[in-house]
Amino acid sequence: MGMLTFKRFRGGVHPPEKKLTSSEPIKVAPLPDKVIVYMQQHAGAPAKPVVEEGQQVKTGQLVGEAQGPISAYVHSPVTGKVIAVTKVSSSVHGTMVEAVVIERTGEDQWELLPKIDFERATKEELIDHVRLAGIVGLGGAMFPTHVKLNPPKPVDTLILNGAECEPYLTIDHRIMLEKADEIILGVEIVKKILNVKKVYIGIETNKRDAIELLTKKWKSSVEVVPLPTRYPMGAEKQLIKFITGREVPSGGLPADVGVLVQNVGTVLAIKEAVIDRKPLVERGMTLTGEGVKKRGNWWIRIGAPISWVIEELGGGFVDGYEEIKVLMGGPMTGIPISSLDTPVLKGNNGITVIPEQKRNSTNCIRCSYCVQVCPMNLQPYLLDLLARKKKYDDAAEIGLLDCIECGSCSYICPANVEHVKSIKLAKKVYRSLRGGKR
Amino acid sequence: MKLLTSPAPHIRTADSTADVMLDVLIALSPAVAAATYFFGLQAFILSIAGMISAELIEFFIMRVLRKDKNFVPNGSAAVTGLLLALNVSVATPWWVLLIGVLFAIAIVKHAFGGLGQNIFNPALAARIFLLVSFPTAMTTWYPPIGKFFGTYADIQTTATPLAVLKLEGFNSAMQKFTYTDLLFGNIGGCIGETSALLLIIGFLYLVLRGRIKIVIPATYLGTVFAISSIMYLVNPEKFGTPLFHLLAGGMMLGALFMATDMVTSPMTLKGQAIFGVGCGLITMLIRYFGGYPEGVSLSILLMNAFVPIIDRYTQPKIFGRRKS
Repeated sequence: MGMLTFKRFRGGVHPPEKKLTSSEPIKVAPLPDKVIVYMQQHAGAPAKPVVEEGQQVKTGQLVGEAQGPISAYVHSPVTGKVIAVTKVSSSVHGTMVEAVVIERTGEDQWELLPKIDFERATKEELIDHVRLAGIVGLGGAMFPTHVKLNPPKPVDTLILNGAECEPYLTIDHRIMLEKADEIILGVEIVKKILNVKKVYIGIETNKRDAIELLTKKWKSSVEVVPLPTRYPMGAEKQLIKFITGREVPSGGLPADVGVLVQNVGTVLAIKEAVIDRKPLVERGMTLTGEGVKKRGNWWIRIGAPISWVIEELGGGFVDGYEEIKVLMGGPMTGIPISSLDTPVLKGNNGITVIPEQKRNSTNCIRCSYCVQVCPMNLQPYLLDLLARKKKYDDAAEIGLLDCIECGSCSYICPANVEHVKSIKLAKKVYRSLRGGKR
Repeated sequence: MKLLTSPAPHIRTADSTADVMLDVLIALSPAVAAATYFFGLQAFILSIAGMISAELIEFFIMRVLRKDKNFVPNGSAAVTGLLLALNVSVATPWWVLLIGVLFAIAIVKHAFGGLGQNIFNPALAARIFLLVSFPTAMTTWYPPIGKFFGTYADIQTTATPLAVLKLEGFNSAMQKFTYTDLLFGNIGGCIGETSALLLIIGFLYLVLRGRIKIVIPATYLGTVFAISSIMYLVNPEKFGTPLFHLLAGGMMLGALFMATDMVTSPMTLKGQAIFGVGCGLITMLIRYFGGYPEGVSLSILLMNAFVPIIDRYTQPKIFGRRKS
């Protein structure tokens, strides 16, 4: 695959894979006694709470209503009593967010979604059902799935993302191994919604068993594409380019090249919503890293506090660390949380607990490593320079908004320049100066 | 338990600027060894003195003048100091080298902003500075005496192969020096310009470690080879052979270690190719038609000045954008 790989996937890095939990079956986590359900667990407008303090709620009951076209419903992950509807400081969002806090009073009593006959339902009915289930992209982007399933342009290709190129994380790997039959049902639903014929699944070659299993099980219905184990192979644009050869235009969407990408976990959630009538209140998650005692893959309720996750599921922090990093996600793009009260969110594919690595930083020495590894073919050193000089227009001209924030540049940088940090900040400032327009 | 929130990515290569610089020093060590073998202890002393004085000067500038209390030496000054030492004659007085190092670090590097900010290669700029300021010391060459503790007081000076070519022609040069002499370094010249072979070995180490913008030496040496081949066909006696030009003078040291200096060379592959071709072209123009027998240093310095403009016009095509 040498030449083809080079042509279709440029740059990237190969950090230590550290898939510590790839042979741990996904276990069902016990129910947390308290959940903190953020009203903003998706891209777009926050949901509005529709429950009051003191109210009894069932598992799956609506607690937050979507606001506006790009937003998502939020449901109660447990059966219990609402003890607060309040604003909490979120270290993930960096601002205050509204949250519904629920104390569990017993075992699950489900409030299921309305019945839908998948065979007979129309495309619109299916999309609406996904909307009611509050499903968002579970790979981490948390974009509302019902919006994504209604692309502005017709698509002819569906790609399932099973790359899982982030080091440490193994939940997608386990889901593919354990839920192959369920995922394929989800694929049928999505195929019906999009009316596409061609379906691919991309899986990195460090997951041989999943590649073999799905090739055997799914036969010709889905083409299994082995991907080089190279970060960020699972980034949407890179994945599309590698599998189809199509290049999503700058500032455009996958639909511009007739493609739609779904994470395997999201497709599984779609199946559960349509067939089992379950809204999105639980997800698969990897708890991993050298800083936590027990590592594993879990089916976990959304809203479970991370302090509880680390104590109950992880057996606590490994002794001897005075300071540590708790990441929502993997080590390349994960968000470090500043408070263990932060709950598990819908897009939370993993919690990675790792000690801080020492960073000796100097000025940029122009080694050009960052230019070589950038999968978007940008010049990270120059973006960083312009961003720090507040020359946002100049930065935009050389691709500020094209940066996918994968972190390959900072990973490889011998001078430990914080390209991603300054690029993220510059994007924010540039967008606000431009009134939110691209 | 304290939770840390430094920005993503949360894992980094263990690599550092100091590691990069250490690799360059390791890559230059065979050349230092060769110089010591051919020119004696004095060559070794000058090399070490260059490195130490450069680091001390930089340390003073950073800690005292620039008031950076956290400054830790990273080896970049040592690289400059060593490269400058390799660029002088073994008979150069120590204080001349010291003035050169001071010029390289204080003026060429730190007056322009310090590490990573300088436009010109500090060692090369200092070499030219010394050449202009101390023309005699900088153009007095001795043959290798092969004695470890030898002194140069009563040794007859010699000419470099390129000077012989320029003044007496190719036949005369080939009577004085064989290709084997050029390859192993048994010739008069700068401390580090002698053994092409050991410079290539050091270079291969850098390639293996991924520390080198490899397009630059490839295009630089390729251009020199192409031009000297053509000129050889025009007039072999006057212009010499391609192999002679590749092995003589500062060609290997310049193409492998000076032109590839990370800070002062272009960032994209296309830019590096343009840079390399430019270096080759100017080097040969100077060698054939210039007043000096050697043009490597000047050509690289000239091309250094073009790096910002080369970078500007060789920007890569961004993913998802049309070629502009």
